[in-house]
Amino acid sequence: MKALRNYLNKIKPHFQKGGRFEMFHSTFDAFETFLFVPDTVTTKGSHIRDSLDLKRTMSIVIIALMPAMLFGMWNVGYQHALSIGATWSFWQTFWYGFIKVLPLIVVSYGVGLSIEFAFAQFRGHEVNEGFLVSGLLIPLIMPVDVPLWMLAIAVAFAVVIGKEVFGGTGYNVFNPALLARAFLFFAYPSHMSGDKVWIAGLTKGQGVIDGFSGATPLAKAAAYQIDQMPSAYDMFMGFIPGSVGETSTLAILIGAAILVITGIGSWKIMVSVFGGGLVAGLLFNTFAVNPYMEIPAWQHLIMGGFAFGAVFMATDPVSASQTEKGKWIYGFLVGFMALLVRVLNPAYPEGMMLSILLMNAFAPLIDYYVVEANIRRRMKRAKKVANV
Amino acid sequence: MSEVKEREPWFSPKNIKLLTEPIDSKNPVTVLVLGICSALAVTVKLKPAIVMAISVTVVTAFSNLIISLIRNSIPNRIRIIVQLVVIAALVILVDQILKAYVYDVSKQLSVFVGLIITNCIIMGRLEAFALGNKPWPSFLDGIGNGLGYGLILVIVAFFRELLGSGTLFGYRVIPVEWYIKNGGFYENNGMMILPPMALITVGIIIWIQRSRNRKLIEE
Repeated sequence: MKALRNYLNKIKPHFQKGGRFEMFHSTFDAFETFLFVPDTVTTKGSHIRDSLDLKRTMSIVIIALMPAMLFGMWNVGYQHALSIGATWSFWQTFWYGFIKVLPLIVVSYGVGLSIEFAFAQFRGHEVNEGFLVSGLLIPLIMPVDVPLWMLAIAVAFAVVIGKEVFGGTGYNVFNPALLARAFLFFAYPSHMSGDKVWIAGLTKGQGVIDGFSGATPLAKAAAYQIDQMPSAYDMFMGFIPGSVGETSTLAILIGAAILVITGIGSWKIMVSVFGGGLVAGLLFNTFAVNPYMEIPAWQHLIMGGFAFGAVFMATDPVSASQTEKGKWIYGFLVGFMALLVRVLNPAYPEGMMLSILLMNAFAPLIDYYVVEANIRRRMKRAKKVANV
Repeated sequence: MSEVKEREPWFSPKNIKLLTEPIDSKNPVTVLVLGICSALAVTVKLKPAIVMAISVTVVTAFSNLIISLIRNSIPNRIRIIVQLVVIAALVILVDQILKAYVYDVSKQLSVFVGLIITNCIIMGRLEAFALGNKPWPSFLDGIGNGLGYGLILVIVAFFRELLGSGTLFGYRVIPVEWYIKNGGFYENNGMMILPPMALITVGIIIWIQRSRNRKLIEE
């Protein structure tokens, strides 16, 4: 560790003003602050001093994502073993999934970070940490069989159009990870939906046993095959086909606990998303006209990407509402809309992505009215006092 | 004896500027942000985009010319209606010519030829330029703006057709063997065919243009 510090100190002058590699100063800066706590502190005007900087926030989200990611890797192997009718040992299963998921993560980070670094160099500002989380979120919401070049294009689209055009981390209107998924969903629908893409190797169809279906519970429900849906236990634990990291509600809840305990993720948004989904589900149950509307409301919460979206996507501090009251409204509408899209529009089996993106667009509006209402309330109070 | 007024040459630097400025620094689509709706609608393929660009250029140029010729006799209060009559007559002419000579493209463009009437560029140029200038500069201004609009249309259509359909002018550019269904690795980008991508492409053009020409950036 010391040797590394010394080495960094040795090469540092080259990257400062007037040095040989001045143009790469932000790259150097990014690596230095990633490895060591920066020694520069605010000299004036700061009111709160806290060790919780952007890097630590992001690292905690990465830790919170670990259960979902590790389970996702195992599940990729498990689903593949099911499809070829084999019984594998735990490590064999995990290893297969690891090999399948690793390229997705490498491509996502590789493409995203190179664009981030390029923009930082070009604009002469520091490299932002924002992509640390997006880079891991993106592989987790992809079908495992997505071609890598498509993933690369989607990541490039999300980082450039979703983030850099608005000014980089902290300025983006939409959640970049979801934008990558939405891009693929509309650009290459045949690789993002259907009953083949969710299980490794199924599109090529090698050695698949007869009668095996890779359809997700959502697809089955949308086709009114309610009796063929997996049991609630399987859906909660995550032994179902789906995007890499979204299947296991249990693993996601462990991540949610980490986020809530450390105060990184807003519990208000999480609770209100689940609440909104539950209310919509109960409404559907009450006015059910088809089998999809009849499935119990709580089952919606453990199907598809609902839990993942609620915990990791809707809580994105940049694109969500900022005011406390706004968070309740925002979360509730995310959950409500997700079910609306899911159940009432058969063209989009998963509504979570679209509903979060939609509410991202409305989050500033919600904030605006919450702030306005607060001002009006206090004005009224002030006037009352003045009149007395 | 009255002084003989010196005649301005036909292609004086000032007139050339009328022709070239709308192509870059006063581009109707990327700088004035006019005519966006049709830019989204007709740019899925290159061929209709070019036909549309030519049609708009013709209509803008001649409506500018005609309005400029009669500009001193148009009563101010009904000028919009007079302008509309002129534009509508020209659009009907263009529509009939397209139907006669390039019927398939005319069918693809369908309602958008008729909608040239509502293209904001034309009305905008009439109001902003033709009503206050002589016929010849007005004509050049119309051609310049039509070309500026057409240029953006062609750029957008080029990328949308290439990436969305793998063809250019209907000819296959990306080999069939590359496609996944034929054992390759490639797939057309379905989003390119959808209108949002046209908007994003126009946005990227604006981005590039403004980073090259910093004067265009608003405060």
